[in-house]
Order: sequence, then structure tokens, then C-alpha cells
Amino acid sequence: MIYFDRVSKIYADNSVALEDVSFSVEPGEFISVVGQSGAGKTTLVKMLLAEERPTSGSVFFESINVHEVPLKNINTLRRKIGTVFQDFRLLPNKTAYENIAFAMEASGKSEEEIRSDVPHVLELVDLREKINNFPDELSGGEQQRVAIARAIVNQPDVIVADEPTGNLDPTNTYEVVQILKKINDLGTTIVLTTHNKGVIDSLKRRVITMERGKVIRDDKEGKYIL
Amino acid sequence: MDWVLLKRVLRAGLLDFSRNAFVSVASILVMTVTLVVVGTTIFAGVILNSALIELRDKADVNVYFTVGAPEDQIMALQAQLQALPEVASVGYLSAQDVLTQFEAAHQNDQLTLNALNELGQNPFGAVLNIKAHQISQYDAIAKFLQGQQAAAGQNSIIDKINYFDEQHQTALVRLEGIITSAGYLGTAVIAILIFMTVAIAFTTLRLAIYSSREEIQVMRLVGAGAFYIRAPFMVEGMLYGLVAGVITLLLFYPLSYALGAATTNFFGGVNVFSYYLGHFPLFFLAIVGTGVVLGAIASFLAVRRYLRI
Repeated sequence: MIYFDRVSKIYADNSVALEDVSFSVEPGEFISVVGQSGAGKTTLVKMLLAEERPTSGSVFFESINVHEVPLKNINTLRRKIGTVFQDFRLLPNKTAYENIAFAMEASGKSEEEIRSDVPHVLELVDLREKINNFPDELSGGEQQRVAIARAIVNQPDVIVADEPTGNLDPTNTYEVVQILKKINDLGTTIVLTTHNKGVIDSLKRRVITMERGKVIRDDKEGKYIL
Repeated sequence: MDWVLLKRVLRAGLLDFSRNAFVSVASILVMTVTLVVVGTTIFAGVILNSALIELRDKADVNVYFTVGAPEDQIMALQAQLQALPEVASVGYLSAQDVLTQFEAAHQNDQLTLNALNELGQNPFGAVLNIKAHQISQYDAIAKFLQGQQAAAGQNSIIDKINYFDEQHQTALVRLEGIITSAGYLGTAVIAILIFMTVAIAFTTLRLAIYSSREEIQVMRLVGAGAFYIRAPFMVEGMLYGLVAGVITLLLFYPLSYALGAATTNFFGGVNVFSYYLGHFPLFFLAIVGTGVVLGAIASFLAVRRYLRI
């Protein structure tokens, strides 16, 4: 489903963000990419979302080289990938309902579908009662759950969660990880980047360990080892 | 574009407009200043044009006829002049009219009037007063008249053409220079003012959208297409222009009312208040149209740079 083929990213100041990274992700997998800050985890995510171009190598999503997709068509690709960020990135002037509805509207869903799916998905993340709240009226954990609801509402093939628990307390971290596990159990592929040892050790899933832009370990049922 | 998409874009634009109250108010204020300048330049253009017409109207060429010149010949010449494409109008003053004017002008000058009476007859000839469309056309008209005078020789009824007076010619050349320069200067000042204020409005809208750059990036990352991101911002920009346009039109009502009499007295001819009321549809289109188009274009351009991801 996802294939990184010898991907390197060297910035203009000669700093190396990724070096010869190769790995693949199968449909339905839950993989965690771990590493300390600056290891290249976020760059990896940006490559997959075509936010950045590799200096060399290719990134394939469902056999499509994501960096060969024209800019005007990139949104079609991104609709297949749900994204969750450390800083939530909700639209500040939209309510929880509207944030999720926006993702559906952008992918051309009908009003009926939006009216039926948005409350349902908010119920899945246990935020039904906060449907009309704006992001600044929600706690960090609640904002992240809205972000997850937005990521899953279009039933994407894969969810990419970049440090989703980075700004959360242990309770909210646990809840977010449980939601991601539940989504994975329903068949969606999950790519999670984190440096939270507790999260990785509790998951007992595949772990790719990165250090200074390189993949140094790829363990099927890994632990956080650094 | 389908109706659902249009409805969503309009709704999103309206919601952003109302929820970003601070940004909206700031943008509307700057846009209002821009439109006030645009409106003022329209007024300035009208006043300038009217003043230049007034000034241009002061230029003329007079043909003085010999005393006792037959009226039918003068009328024939008048008809010939009116047929010339350069001629705007030809006024006729009979010898008697000239005398009456002279007497009226010297009613307090008894000595001159007594001298006139001593003559026992009207010493004045008839006069044709010619106005051209352009000041530069007087030369051709004067040459035509000179040709007529030369062709008739000793029997010419034309006594004098004042165009060939050195003073008159100098005055005409100066007047043309003033009118041309004033026209160019006015146009340049208007263009500079409009350019500056439009640039300020553009920058303000760019700043307003700059504050939303992260939102735009998020929209891109959740799979929204360029049109779906850009269109609500354009709706928002158009709303700024619409509201600012209405405010500007409302401001011009008392402003033009207060300045109406002053502009008539000072510049002669145009009362800006009457002009405003009489040409309100034109003002509405110019002010509101400029605001809406400016808002749409500025937003379109400002969003474009953040869509490159």
C-alpha cells in the first residue's frame, strides 16, 4: 500500500532529514515510526502527503508515485489519507461539526451524508455533546479527537498520525491510542509517529525506529528501543 | 458549478465574514478609504472636466464686418462657417446689437456716449462670434476666413479677424496649454491616487489572508481542492467590498450635500450634490463594483501563494 523506495531528503543548508529510507506498509497494518526529535519522522509524513519532495528516491501510495501527481490533483490523493497532527490543526472559526463537515464537503459528499455521518463519527470519538463547540472551547484531548474524527470521516485507506499524543496528558494519550487501535481493527491502515515509549510498548505492533534520518530497526512486534 | 457547491462556498464565505469580525471590520475600513478616494476622484474628474469646458468656452474668434455690410452676405458666410467640421457654433450680432452692447457697457461714461451721439450714425459693423470644438482648430477657421477675405479683394465685407491680433493668438495658445496641462495633471494625480489606495487595499486583504495561511494549509492537507479553498475567501473579499461600497455611498450623501453649493460657486457649473443624485446608478456601479471586484481579485491573488502545497 505504501512504499518508500530509497528516499533521501537533504535541505538547502545540507542538513540531512532522510537518508536512503526504504520500507513498505501493507493494507491493514498498524505501524509506529519512532525516534527522537529530529530523527526524520515528520519529514517522512510530509513526503507521504506530498507536502515536501524527496531529494532522491520515490514514495508510492497504492502504486502511484505521489510526487508525480500534479499539484491540481494532489487533493484527490490526500482524500485517501486521513491526517492527524500533534497541534490538532483544526480550523479555528469552525465548530467541531463544521471542521468534520469541511473534509466531507471538500471530497464532494452530499448534505444528507454529512448530516448523518458527522454526528455518528463524533459519537465514535465520544464528543457528541460538543458538536457545536469551537476548537478554543475544547480541551487538547477533545481537539485531538475532533481531528481524528475529521481524519476518519471520509473512510480513508490510511490514517497518518504525526505525534498525535505529543501535546496530551496520559489519560488523553491513552484514549487517542485506543481510538486509533479501534480504527485499525476496523481495517484502516495506521501510520503513527511518536517518541512516546509507553504508547509503543503498549501497542505491541510493528515499529520502525529512526535515527538521524535513517531507518535503524524494523521490528514486527517491536518495542521502543533507543 | 453546481448549486450545492455554490451554496457551500457562499455559506463558508458568509460564516468567515461574520466570525472573523475584527479582520472584517479592519478590511472594510481600509476598503472604505479606498472607495472614498475612488469616488472623490470621480467627483474631481467631473469638476475638472466642467472647469476645463468653462475655460475652453472662453476661447473664440470674432469676425468684424465693415459698416453697412449686407446682412444676406453675412448670413451666407455664417452658413458656410457652420458647415465647417471644426466649428461648434457661430453667433451673430447685428450692427444694432453691437451698438446696444457698447452703450450698455459705457452707460456710466457720458463723454463716450456723447461722442457716439455726435457721429449721428452707428459706427459699428456686425460681428460673427465663432466657437470651435478644439482650441487648436481656430487656426484653420481663421485661415478659411482669410481666404474668403482675399478672394473678395476690395469688395470684402470682412473688416477684421481678431485671431490675427498678436495678443489674441498668444492668449489662445496659453489657454490651450493650460487646458492640456490641467487635463494631464488631473489625470496623473487621479491615477496615482487610485493606484496608491488600491495597493493599500490589496495589501490589507493580503494581510487578512496571511492570518489564515495555516488554515489554508490544513484545508489542502485534508484534501480540499484549490477552488473550494479559494472561493470562500473571494466571497469574503467581495463582501468587504460590498459593505465598504455601501458605507462610501452613504458617506457621499452628506459630503456632496455640504460641498454642493461651494463647488458651484468655486468651479462654476457643477453642483456635486445634484450630480451625485442625478448619476447615482453610475456611482453605485463604480463604487460598489470597484469594491466587489477589488475584493475578489485581491483575495484570489492572496490565497494563490498559500495553495502551493
